[in-house]
Amino acid sequence: MSSESDVSRPVAVLVPRLVEVRQNVLKHNDVVARALRERFRQGGVFVVSLVSSPGSGKTTLLEKTLILLRPRYRVAALVGDLATENDALRLARSQAPVKQITTGTLCHLEAAMIENAIQGWDVGPLDFLFIENVGNLVCPSSYDLGENLRLVLISVTEGEDKPLKYPTIFNSADVAVITKMDLATAAEFDSTAADRNIQAVRPGMRILRVSAKTNEGMSEWLQFLASLRDSPQARPGGSGGPPREADS
Amino acid sequence: MTLDFLFFSSSFIIHHSSFLRMHELSIALSIVELAQEEAERRGGVRVDAVHLRLGPLAGVVKEALLGSYEMASAGTTMAGSRLIIEDVPIVVYCPQCQAQRLLSSVQRFCCPECDTPTGEVVHGKELEVFALEIEE
Repeated sequence: MSSESDVSRPVAVLVPRLVEVRQNVLKHNDVVARALRERFRQGGVFVVSLVSSPGSGKTTLLEKTLILLRPRYRVAALVGDLATENDALRLARSQAPVKQITTGTLCHLEAAMIENAIQGWDVGPLDFLFIENVGNLVCPSSYDLGENLRLVLISVTEGEDKPLKYPTIFNSADVAVITKMDLATAAEFDSTAADRNIQAVRPGMRILRVSAKTNEGMSEWLQFLASLRDSPQARPGGSGGPPREADS
Repeated sequence: MTLDFLFFSSSFIIHHSSFLRMHELSIALSIVELAQEEAERRGGVRVDAVHLRLGPLAGVVKEALLGSYEMASAGTTMAGSRLIIEDVPIVVYCPQCQAQRLLSSVQRFCCPECDTPTGEVVHGKELEVFALEIEE
């Protein structure tokens, strides 16, 4: 009657064990971003990325910026877009080297896409490289692209509470640029409220106001860029910035 | 798409574009990949659960990530494992108090004690696999 499975036999109990891992989920991206940042530093190129909602004026500001910088600096741009090459074609009118990164259905750029896009490029001769992210205020905040400066744009037609709705992207950026200032009056844009909201989510954040159409604020913006290029260690806005892997 | 049923339960996602799904899905794929590497390093152990620490400033929506995880792990050695998310609160350093303070709102980066504005984030950006539950 008695079988092998008697009480005398020890019972094997499967106890799940908790093992510590402590790994950043985006470590691969961070490693690539860190290598890019080092490559840019060695080449002496200052890298600026732009994030905003679709339609905030990233491409328009960038086109104007490329045109105005070109007489004095060597500039290039990478443009992320879901499907079209329209933005790259627009930016190419500035005569600066422009490369499109088509992300397909991906909502953001990752460091590896930047690495791919500049494969074979000698970044050394460049003074500025601009990276226009996909129009999206959510996803790009998680990904370090190796940039020196991250701009977040809001246009005066979007509403002053945008920073409160998307605090994470504002927190991941270094500088806020309020665009389409030529429409401020028509849009009844409340500048004080916008400033207050930006400062609430990112105390000390530098705010610039521009109109790429009328050139309002453009010279201040360009001077700001030039001053940063000359002292790239001086990142404005205090701590924060794109998520970066600890140096440890 | 076959993905959709996973997300319809969350009204948050419906109000946002399809962008959000892809973002959390790619994060979920990274988590699966990372856990697989760690399991292999430990001799190909089976993983029951992945413990993740997630800060509000990581730019990741918890519900969307949970929904994406099943999708991301399906058909891999991680299939059937659970994703357990521990929320990390935002902690800032207050230069006035010279102390770390817990932030109550992501919309207001001020010291809860003295109201001094501070952008010095100590915690809150975490997106970290901190442990695996493994079978032995």
